[in-house]
Amino acid sequence: MSSYGAARLPVIVTIIVALMLTVVPLPDAAEPFRPDWIALTLIYWAMMLPRTWSVGSAWFVGLLLDVAQGTILGQHALALCVVVFVTVRFHLLMRVFPMQQLTATIFALLALYQFVLFWINGVAGINVATIHYWAPVLAGTVLWPVVTMLLSGIRMRTYSGR
Amino acid sequence: MVASGSSNTNPARIPALGIRALVFIALSLLLMVLDHRQHYLDLVRQTLGAVVYPIQVVVDSPFRLWDWIGESSRSRQELQLELSRLQAERLITNARLQKLTALEAENARLRDLLEARSQVRDEIRVTEIMAVDANPFRHSIIIDVGQRDAVYDGQAIVDAAGVVGQVIQTGLTTSQALLISDPSHALPVEVNRNGLRTIAKGTGELDRLDLPFLPNNADIEVGDLLVTSGLGGMFPAGYPVAVVTTVNRIPQEPFADVSATPAASLDQVREVMLIWPSPGGDSAGAGNE
Repeated sequence: MSSYGAARLPVIVTIIVALMLTVVPLPDAAEPFRPDWIALTLIYWAMMLPRTWSVGSAWFVGLLLDVAQGTILGQHALALCVVVFVTVRFHLLMRVFPMQQLTATIFALLALYQFVLFWINGVAGINVATIHYWAPVLAGTVLWPVVTMLLSGIRMRTYSGR
Repeated sequence: MVASGSSNTNPARIPALGIRALVFIALSLLLMVLDHRQHYLDLVRQTLGAVVYPIQVVVDSPFRLWDWIGESSRSRQELQLELSRLQAERLITNARLQKLTALEAENARLRDLLEARSQVRDEIRVTEIMAVDANPFRHSIIIDVGQRDAVYDGQAIVDAAGVVGQVIQTGLTTSQALLISDPSHALPVEVNRNGLRTIAKGTGELDRLDLPFLPNNADIEVGDLLVTSGLGGMFPAGYPVAVVTTVNRIPQEPFADVSATPAASLDQVREVMLIWPSPGGDSAGAGNE
């Protein structure tokens, strides 16, 4: 019980930090390459603590992201829901993947995330340059090892030694 | 779709994952249908906006602090230089204003003669753009005023040089605005020189607008100033929008290829002005500043 139920605060803090990184201004040239911090963070926690951080929390965080960015309400919520669902479904498998294979999986998940966003934009009739879809996927994949390292640091410190 | 009682004993099974995912996906679809275009969910947006607002403020504050440090650490000499520059500017502006008052009076008289509705001055408020990046799919900015300050959807935003964009979503304390350079934005304009009406469409590039529906024989030249025509009902008339930069007349095409550069510096502005158009039709000359 203690490993799943207790101590949600550290995770919430990481999600808030991810939200901040999502809205912090970047130089125009780097802007398309902003990784999907929220997606990376939620994938990690869904993989490690799937009983606490699953589709429901992903959906709520997605709504917050929609409000923060002013996108259609439910767009990011849906995309995060789908990605986190896949992650939770295969979380045991993903935990034992070696790093390269896991990174490849993350690439696929982020691509799925962007595809859902792309699809919704298409239905809603919003035109976006293609770079805005694939650049975050690449950036997110490249940064995944760093994100895991940081988040496992937090996880080890908080959820072990009980 | 696992919802059996034995799932608790098996660590690999997350109870009812599929069903929960389906429910939340369905909820998202419902929200999107309700939110897109109809704006039924403004209250939901505002409530969640209250959660997001502190985060935006925290992100914005270092940039504000930096600005403030820059402001307050300037030397006396610099400040005096700027003061004298501003005073000179004010003198010139005042001189122009004198003429404007006379012109306004004359305009009102002439309009009276023509029995046309007189134009009253718009109300203007200066506001700051928050250093927060918004929608990755659109050219948008977030400003630090909202419904609390009587901001409304569709309200025009200008800077010192020209039109910047319009408000598309109002929260309680912040609002999101769409820049005129967004590909989905189109703005009814007229050529200041001859009153030729057309539409300026955003292109997705900050320094270029398209004028797609001008025939080849249209009277338009490089250097023409485009101002809002007020025909869309959203923007008050007469604000500068862009300057025509290229006119390509292609004989075999139905329309000329005309593009313009926005008058406002869309990527550099930090302070913008919101316009409340004066309610036209009421008594002449009474400027409500």
